[in-house]
Amino acid sequence: MKGITVFVITDILKNRIILFYALILGVFSWSVFSLEDNTSKGILSLLNIILLTVPLVSIIFSNIYMYNSAEFVELLVSQPVKRSSIWAALFTGLTVALNAAFLVGIGIPALIFVPEMTGIMVILAGMMITTIFVSIAMLCSILMRDKARGIGLSIIIWLFLSLIYDGLVLFFMFQYADYPIEKAMVFLSAFNPIDLARIQVLLQIDVAALMGYTGAIFKKLFGTPLGLLVSFLLMSLWVTIPYLISLKLFKKKDL
Amino acid sequence: MIQLIDISKSFGKTEALKDVSINLEAGKCIGLIGPNACGKTTMIKNILSMVVPSKGKILFDGQDIQGDVLYKKRIGYMPQIGRYPENMSVIQVINMIRDIRKFTGTEDEELFYAFGLDKISDKKMRTLSGGTTQKVSATLAFIFDPPVLILDEPTAGLDPLASELLRDKIIREREKGKLIIITSHLLSELDDLLTDIIFMQEASVLFYKTMPALFEETGEDRVSKAISKLLKSGVK
Repeated sequence: MKGITVFVITDILKNRIILFYALILGVFSWSVFSLEDNTSKGILSLLNIILLTVPLVSIIFSNIYMYNSAEFVELLVSQPVKRSSIWAALFTGLTVALNAAFLVGIGIPALIFVPEMTGIMVILAGMMITTIFVSIAMLCSILMRDKARGIGLSIIIWLFLSLIYDGLVLFFMFQYADYPIEKAMVFLSAFNPIDLARIQVLLQIDVAALMGYTGAIFKKLFGTPLGLLVSFLLMSLWVTIPYLISLKLFKKKDL
Repeated sequence: MIQLIDISKSFGKTEALKDVSINLEAGKCIGLIGPNACGKTTMIKNILSMVVPSKGKILFDGQDIQGDVLYKKRIGYMPQIGRYPENMSVIQVINMIRDIRKFTGTEDEELFYAFGLDKISDKKMRTLSGGTTQKVSATLAFIFDPPVLILDEPTAGLDPLASELLRDKIIREREKGKLIIITSHLLSELDDLLTDIIFMQEASVLFYKTMPALFEETGEDRVSKAISKLLKSGVK
């Protein structure tokens, strides 16, 4: 298990795409922080970039990597290794490698320019998002035998969670603007990991005050230590549930 | 040594195996033959639990293999088409399997040198030809000196020289009392290799005979002729 995990990590870190990803994230964060005098504004711009690119790269890269390691998996299954160990090794490998790239690109500049809770929260949120989308990508790769369909499904999930979901929530909000829907809004946001990450970071920089009554509700529910704990728990569910489903399917898969 | 009890497997609507029950004993070299798509590879993959049977169970030394992986330490498997991670070199693949199996005995590196893999050990797997990939597969199957060898179309794609080397190796391993299972389409090359023969057709086992019994029954002395004679006369 350990040997396989180390192999997967080194294999991914040797991949030029990962280096390029770390580099691009680095360019983003250095330029955002250098251009903005106000670190809060900088964090906001960076947050938008992170919430768009990090899920996309994590899900697509992991998905393609899963399809490309079909041979590797086949070889391992014929050897005395548990299927659950193979799956865990792939998951750990992808998570560690992608998070390492994220830490180099965003983590280091964020800690240098914003050495406070806000900076740490951005890093934590980004790492959670990376891990969540690796887990979803592994589920996509096992659901679809065909590579093109698997990648298509990944793109749809990314599009849904990062754009369409918010659109639907906005639509819902405008339709029922006359009713007290703040609680429902909180409830809806809790089901989207990207929204959860966004809310946690926004609450750290106190712009929640600008969001009116809903913002106040958010602050009241998510701003407490308990709220923080709950939102991280919800995000952990986004990691564990897709992972466990994919593991269950992988154990029964015919190779 | 390996017992298959009422194994059935279907892929969607196609039945790949229908109620196959077979007992494979140590010290035998068993040829698994039959037309294309008769379930040979599926049966092998079931033994390695690469394919999960829809019904029935498989015992390895009396132990149910379901949920167990350590029994695979005692099997050397050479796949029909070896698929390896493309950007690993020959020696990296071998070292990774070494790391996984944690083999403590003395390794049998005979084929590694006989096939000249030591000279190309730094080459990436994707640059290798089909035949050379087969040589890597064969080396991996034999290197840990396992008591059971499962060879799926071992000589397909190998040049005559390498084929001959592998044949000799199989005969020597048979003499050591190992269980060897070979599938092949080329009946002619199995002649002095096998002790038993299993003929499969339409997802089930048509017959399982020892070679002397087969020759006696048909009055032939070549596997290919004996089989075709049996099939023509309509075996039971």
